[in-house]
Amino acid sequence: MSSWTVKIREFGMRTLPPEQLLPDSQPAYMTSAVYLFGALTIGALVVLLLSGTILALKGPSWWHVQSLGHFFNSVHLWAVELFFFFMVCHLWGKYWMAAWRGGRARVWMSGVVCFLVAIPCAFTGYLSQQNFDSQWIATQGKDGLNSLGVGAFFNPLNFGQMYSYHVFLLPLAVVTLVGGHILLVRRHGIVPPIPLSEGDPARPA
Amino acid sequence: MRSARLTNAQLNDAARTYSGPYRHYDIVKEVIVCTGIVTLLAVVLTIVFSSPDLPPSTIKGWSRSMPADFVTTALSELDGSSATAGYGPPYNHNGSGQHIAFIHLQEWLGVSHPVNTAQDFVIQPLRSVPDQPRLQAAVSSYLSASAGTQAGWTAAYTKALAKATASGTALSVPPGSYGPVGTMMTALLADAQTGGLDGDLLTSRQFYQTDFTKALLFMADGSALADRAQAQHLLGTQWGMMNETGSYPGQVWLWLYTFWYQISPFTTSTNADALVAAIMGVLSLGLIIVPFLPGIRDIPRWIPIYRLIWRDWYAGTGGAPPGEPDVSAPPAPAATG
Repeated sequence: MSSWTVKIREFGMRTLPPEQLLPDSQPAYMTSAVYLFGALTIGALVVLLLSGTILALKGPSWWHVQSLGHFFNSVHLWAVELFFFFMVCHLWGKYWMAAWRGGRARVWMSGVVCFLVAIPCAFTGYLSQQNFDSQWIATQGKDGLNSLGVGAFFNPLNFGQMYSYHVFLLPLAVVTLVGGHILLVRRHGIVPPIPLSEGDPARPA
Repeated sequence: MRSARLTNAQLNDAARTYSGPYRHYDIVKEVIVCTGIVTLLAVVLTIVFSSPDLPPSTIKGWSRSMPADFVTTALSELDGSSATAGYGPPYNHNGSGQHIAFIHLQEWLGVSHPVNTAQDFVIQPLRSVPDQPRLQAAVSSYLSASAGTQAGWTAAYTKALAKATASGTALSVPPGSYGPVGTMMTALLADAQTGGLDGDLLTSRQFYQTDFTKALLFMADGSALADRAQAQHLLGTQWGMMNETGSYPGQVWLWLYTFWYQISPFTTSTNADALVAAIMGVLSLGLIIVPFLPGIRDIPRWIPIYRLIWRDWYAGTGGAPPGEPDVSAPPAPAATG
């Protein structure tokens, strides 16, 4: 008698066994600080989610009227800047490693999609600030969106719609994509170094 | 083995498996420590720099500080010459919008947020002003006039506005043959200066409001937002898309998007937004499929920054393929990492 539960469990165990999902060893070539940018990006995402949750719990106007709210808004803003900084460093690091080698194209592609989806997530955050910045970005951003017909169903001048996108839909998309990306990294492992040429000055005699 | 002579397929195959040595690694500890580092950084940056929060502009504030600009904008909404009046989809059918060659997405997706600037921004707000029979008679007079007569009145008022003088919040417009338009504009200015128009332009007539489409479109047609934006270096010509109010870092990751707006033909094209969006769409797709793009995927081999990244490994192994280490390796754990 087949069980969907058993099939899913066996698929998970076969695809990503626990020791591969949470490894306690890594290839010896993983020594560069460049490898930290991925974990720092995840760290920034965690800070974003926590500070954003606090802001969402208190409502969109809270941070304008209370210093504690302004503090958490500032943490959220700087976490956004750090998130993108570390993510771009991570992206460049993986590019120069040619990290898509060895059947890892999906790992690269999912990472880029995370970056691209994070952009509208940040954009809707700027639109949800309820200050002059929001007004200006909304009135300017509408032209780009309208020019593609996107304005027909995604209206940056509608605060309610942008707030919904920012506190639920887009963060959910980013977290899901980042989760998928991490699982792909664990499934395929980190890419081995590019072999050096004979006579390469970096290669010991 | 000379990596420069390896084909892409050979490099791929060489990276599929790893049978070399492993080292101890604590993935949970790494993520938690990194989260702690980011938290500390964010809190320190918050304490040192805080975050910007410029109060929003209001129609009330705009009409009181720039009465001539407000009335000029209102008149352009009434006679249909404003940017919003001729925008096209998704607000009205008075323009076809932007397009790329034969692709007219803006037009094809249609009008989803209908805006009639004369009715929504001028006539209806004036109709909602109570206890003003003279004003209501002026509005009725304007509405019952022919299109030609209306155009004559608004043209005459436009000419008179050029000679108007502002004193504080008051605007003095010289007399002219502009029919009821003077009464209408004076009343609209008074309504705006008391804050009434801010409420009138909320899109929904419900008690709870979240849609500011009409109020923002109206303000964007005037100078209220643009003047503040210019002072904050937020205009498109100032690379404003990636800037933030004050001296704070903004959406720096949009540098390439805003770059296109600084160069020809996008600086003058009426389809600049659509063209730039299309270019960025293609580039984004290109970034996604880098592993399959000959040339782009080979640059990391041609500019060997990887030598720095893996210098410790190369120093210890001689740079042989990881599956064939030159050094004697300890037994590898079962995990493939």
